[in-house]
Amino acid sequence: MALIDLANPARFLALTARILPWLATATVVVFAIGLYLVWFVAPDDYQMGAVVKIMFIHVPNAWLAMGVWAVMCIASIGTLVWRHPLADVAAKAAAPLGAAFTFLALLTGSLWGRPMWGTYWVWDARLTSVLVLFLMYLGVMALWRTVDDPSRAARAAAILTLVGAINLPIIKFSVDWWNTLHQPASLLRMGGPAIHPSILTPLLVMALAFLLLFFTLHLAAMRNEILRRRVRTMWLMQAHAAS
Amino acid sequence: MTPLSALLLRDMRLAIRVGGGALMGVLFFLTVVTLVPFAVGPDLAQLRRIGPAILWIGALLASLLTLDRLLAADHEDGSLDLLLMGTTPLELTVLAKAAAHWITSCLPLVIATPLLGLFLNLEPLAIGAVALTLLVGTPALTCIGLIGAALSVALRRGGLLLPVLVLPLTVPVLIFGVAASNAAVAGPMSFGAPFMVLCALTLGSLVLGPFAAAAALRHGLE
Amino acid sequence: MLRLSATGLGCTRGSRSVFEGINLELSGGEALALVGRNGSGKSSLLRLVAGLLQPSAGRIELAGGAPQNTLAEQAHYLGHLDALKPSLTVAENLGFWVRYLGGDVAVLPGSLTALGLSGLVDLPAAYLSAGQRRRLSLARLIVVPRPIWLLDEPTSALDAAGQERLAALMRDHLAGGGLIMAATHGPLGIECKTLQLGRSAPSPLAGEGWGGGSEFVASAASQGGTPTPNPSPQGGGERSGARGTK
Repeated sequence: MALIDLANPARFLALTARILPWLATATVVVFAIGLYLVWFVAPDDYQMGAVVKIMFIHVPNAWLAMGVWAVMCIASIGTLVWRHPLADVAAKAAAPLGAAFTFLALLTGSLWGRPMWGTYWVWDARLTSVLVLFLMYLGVMALWRTVDDPSRAARAAAILTLVGAINLPIIKFSVDWWNTLHQPASLLRMGGPAIHPSILTPLLVMALAFLLLFFTLHLAAMRNEILRRRVRTMWLMQAHAAS
Repeated sequence: MTPLSALLLRDMRLAIRVGGGALMGVLFFLTVVTLVPFAVGPDLAQLRRIGPAILWIGALLASLLTLDRLLAADHEDGSLDLLLMGTTPLELTVLAKAAAHWITSCLPLVIATPLLGLFLNLEPLAIGAVALTLLVGTPALTCIGLIGAALSVALRRGGLLLPVLVLPLTVPVLIFGVAASNAAVAGPMSFGAPFMVLCALTLGSLVLGPFAAAAALRHGLE
Repeated sequence: MLRLSATGLGCTRGSRSVFEGINLELSGGEALALVGRNGSGKSSLLRLVAGLLQPSAGRIELAGGAPQNTLAEQAHYLGHLDALKPSLTVAENLGFWVRYLGGDVAVLPGSLTALGLSGLVDLPAAYLSAGQRRRLSLARLIVVPRPIWLLDEPTSALDAAGQERLAALMRDHLAGGGLIMAATHGPLGIECKTLQLGRSAPSPLAGEGWGGGSEFVASAASQGGTPTPNPSPQGGGERSGARGTK
């Protein structure tokens, strides 16, 4: 089955109906492995104790917060340039998920930061730019809801998403450009990862688990959106027929 | 179901279903609060001092957002004409619409205040004081805004007319709201005195607002 | 017995005078068609009677109605706009007006059936065609019983079947002792009097096909109100049309 077949909503629904149960199972399994590793393999921090393990939720969520916006950007290019029929469905379905991951990143980071920094929130570069990213997610969701016609909303949201992509590099490099309270980059940096394997492995496994969670939820949300549009079309036909 | 409760329910239903609903106001509130540290600087001690003021201004602007659609939407689709021909007095009708606006736009702002207070490093007592003064003061903002909404519908002018008309009238509410919040945290004045004045302003506007708005509608509609 | 009368009615919008010196008299069971070209003040006259506009001169009186209610509270106004909220369903839209205007909710399903909307009960009003929206507005008139109907071009957006439905509803209303004032460019399908607004140039539709009844023409303010029945099918005529500006 070629990729182009996925462009057909009916085929997409059929395919995802078969894939979703497997994806969901895989998500649960990887989460189980990851949580086991986090609890029993990763060491406690000598200063903070077990609280440091919030990091294993915080960091994957932060990565996904930015990654989902990148997915939305690709979908937006699909809408504007290639006119792929499912691109706008993908973009619309991804926005609430991205907002949720960003919110979780902010929340877990805040809970983690309280014992370390003595406050729930500081206005430093990394936190503020992630907060702005959260506002932008909510803005895109608001835009989708305000415009009634799905195809017009899709084009408007696509433009907004691509413009907002400027925030991603700002977030990534903010901790390097500005001297901040937040920890500088440890993983994706020039000299290679600076973390010990006993922490790195659970972190990567949890990241994979959250990624699978995103795929599962995203496909399910896309199915819902396609079905929602079908309902709308049926309403239009019903009104037309009844007159 | 009485006519007024039917109107209240309809307005609430519309506010939730149309264009983002209550959350748009909360999003705007959040955005305003986020903008302030960019301008004022991230110094937490300073933010804590001006926190109540920022929250009050943010809530004021956010509640203004949805006010201009309050009566204009009904005017544009012809519902306002029919609302005027009902058996309930016009003053009560606009009061019901104001109540729906308060529940769907201002109450979410009050609920969001504790979270935003955390962003501004306010201590729990300050957060509680600000939330309480907002809870008591936002009905005044709605009712004063109702007058502006009625005037801008009757005069058929949109844009910034409504904020320009309404904001000066809300200054007393703002003054006493912030004063009460600050008094709760630092001395020397007690919390009770400005809070009582705030309550009085709200009660007064609950009466003045609907009467003035109804008069504006009656005399202004063509 | 209901009686609606107006003497020396004048209307000013902005700084221009739309009409002046309008007299009319309408009893229960009678219908009045307002004719005239665009801008002659048909809509303004309806809004005056509905209480949505203040007259610059003259009086409107209602005799025989409920004494504790104003005229507006005993009238239905059907304007150009439909007063429908797109995000509410058909049932929710109509249900709101029933409850707000003091009608009986139990009558709602029957009224929707009478206007051919029973299959669309849960459809959001945004999906309705123009004719369906008009019929939904008309449903409001029969769900909440009020004696006076003020209709502004009720046949617009309705197809032939819809216009017949409307005519049937109006006949029922008149038979029940109600009265109707309708501004219209074409025939209403019922017997009615006619009031010509605006300057001379008789409308080509005047007389023919309007149904029976007397020609009832507005007279100038200075002369008081005596109707001058005009047997000529040409209608109004130069001398007795109401003075109105374009």
